[in-house]
Amino acid sequence: MITARQLAQAIAFAVLSLGFAASSMAQQSAAQRGNAKFQHSCAPCHGAGVGDDGHAMLPGTDALRIKYRGTLPALLEERTDLTAPVLKTFLRHGSFSMPPFRQTEVTDADIQDLAAYLAESSKAAAAKSQRGR
Amino acid sequence: MAILPPGVSQQQFDAAVRQFKEAVGPEWVFTSEEELHPYRDHFSYIKDQPNELIPSAAVGPNSVEQVQAVVRTANQYKIPLYAISTGKNFAYGGPSPNVRGSVTVDLKRMNRVLEVNDKRFYALVEPGVSYIDLYRYIQDHGLKVWVDTPDPGWGSPIGNSLDHGIGYTMGFYRDHFGAHCGMEVVLPNGEIMRTGMGALPESKSWQEYKHGFGPDPAGLFGQGNFGIVTKMGFRLMPQPEHWRTGAVMVPKRQDLIPLVDTVNYLTDLAIIGEPWYGNGLTPLMGNTEFRDAANAFNETALDAQAAAAKLHSWQVELQFYGSERTTQSNWEYAKELMARAIPSARFMDGESFKVPLTREQISKSTTPYRSNMRRNITQGVPGLGIWWMPSRSEQNPNAWDETHIGLFSLIGRSGDAIFQAQRDFAAVSKRLEMPSLFPNAIQTPVNWYQFAFIMGNGFGLGRGDTSPEGKKQAAANLRRVLAENAKVGYGDYRAPPMLQDDVAEQYSFNNHVLRRFNETLKDAIDPNGIIMPGRAGVWPAAYRSLRGSLR
Repeated sequence: MITARQLAQAIAFAVLSLGFAASSMAQQSAAQRGNAKFQHSCAPCHGAGVGDDGHAMLPGTDALRIKYRGTLPALLEERTDLTAPVLKTFLRHGSFSMPPFRQTEVTDADIQDLAAYLAESSKAAAAKSQRGR
Repeated sequence: MAILPPGVSQQQFDAAVRQFKEAVGPEWVFTSEEELHPYRDHFSYIKDQPNELIPSAAVGPNSVEQVQAVVRTANQYKIPLYAISTGKNFAYGGPSPNVRGSVTVDLKRMNRVLEVNDKRFYALVEPGVSYIDLYRYIQDHGLKVWVDTPDPGWGSPIGNSLDHGIGYTMGFYRDHFGAHCGMEVVLPNGEIMRTGMGALPESKSWQEYKHGFGPDPAGLFGQGNFGIVTKMGFRLMPQPEHWRTGAVMVPKRQDLIPLVDTVNYLTDLAIIGEPWYGNGLTPLMGNTEFRDAANAFNETALDAQAAAAKLHSWQVELQFYGSERTTQSNWEYAKELMARAIPSARFMDGESFKVPLTREQISKSTTPYRSNMRRNITQGVPGLGIWWMPSRSEQNPNAWDETHIGLFSLIGRSGDAIFQAQRDFAAVSKRLEMPSLFPNAIQTPVNWYQFAFIMGNGFGLGRGDTSPEGKKQAAANLRRVLAENAKVGYGDYRAPPMLQDDVAEQYSFNNHVLRRFNETLKDAIDPNGIIMPGRAGVWPAAYRSLRGSLR
């Protein structure tokens, strides 16, 4: 026989589980949205592809390679330090040859999604790097 | 620091902002310094100066009806508007307006691809659609058409074409404004007008016949300030099956004349895409004797040095779009014509690929000669690979090109015209005591526009003194160059707001009748002068006193 307390616990567990699942889905969905936004708005300069005119890397990636000289990854998708406030600073103010981006191009909500995506992509990159050792 | 539109009180401005918010939604009206920062020109020569071209507000409409509402409010309060599409016109002012305190109409949210037709080869798009967006739409839908893209692909077909931007495939498509077909415009009084067949309500050929009937005002909207373009059609190049390249090398300096003549013939018969000219003597640049000969335009000495070094004086890379067989035949025909005109010409086969090229084929040249061709854009693939140009480099790891700017003069399409321009630019350089980066005698033209060449003066203005004083001096130098060029017949095709009055000064035939004509129209169509006053040097009466005020 299930006691009232057990029932309450079961319901609480179910609610918690549902909440966790919903939170996870929302997080996953933010990362997915962030991935789409990254591919659309960031990857043409900061992606992993080959650059033009004989350059081995795309311009944003190459600029960060020159800036950090290996102390940080050149690829944004491998960075673990790009929280939403950091991204917002760079996106709204620009940096060197990267001009600032307007809210009509990248909204504040997009920045949250981008941060969620980059948190995941950097984990995936780290795991891949571990497997490669 | 809040900025107000000229002649508008804070109270009027606040009332206008309230109406803008009602029109587009409060979250799409931006007035704070933080929000407006991205609406400044990142490459401005007058950044942080009291006259920097900063807007007072920005509004982001999402529909043509919202654009109409914004225009009506601007008319009510006599507020100047400045429209941007993707706002990426860097080197030409970026998103910054001509008048400090304008309200920027940011059309980026109007980003719908309305139609792409790969049987009749056209597209109809809104202003916020970038070249990259349009390319991805075409790829996602498996359509067999190409986008003729400018170097950076983050700009929009509408914004780029309206500023007379260019591309790199076949001649007709390279002139982006020339390849437009039909536009929709919100006029200064808020009415919507459509050009060409769009003026016929039941038309089924808006993107196929751009002239309609009667005078066609479409040209007024290119580098113009007669309305805000909200839709535009473009002719698209059919995706070819094959791409082939080849190079022609000629030994002597004077061979450039028949070389250009022959390339022009092939171009205007639509046999070749954009030709890429090059000078074969650059390996001698470190040689003082060579530089002296080049600076003196000593043709005999230059030819002798070329022969001694076994180098060719000029080369042109040709590209052919079509089938494997037609591109082969056309290359053979090009060689035959060249050999007839220049018996000493040499030829080298370049590449021959089925279209679409693979990423690997695009990213790496396999030509047996040094190719100058930029590969993504020859394949109609927009991107941002070109952005290495103003960015950090191994040579300049802690600097970027803060004064990135584009200034190019139109040159007649012949070898003689190139030689004349080289000498004229060298003379301007000497008069102004502004040394060119390289001897003008080895300058080559670009053939972005099918029917004209474009050349720069060769001054090294980028990556120079970036202090406020240094930038001010650089701007003053540019103005002197524009004025000197005009004296010997060279005018620019495009400029940032900071220099638009100066370029407009170049076009002064018959006491500036063209500008007076445009300003007469401007005053009639836009009596309050609210649409982009000052653009391309066309000032409405209400703001005419601002002409030249940035000097």
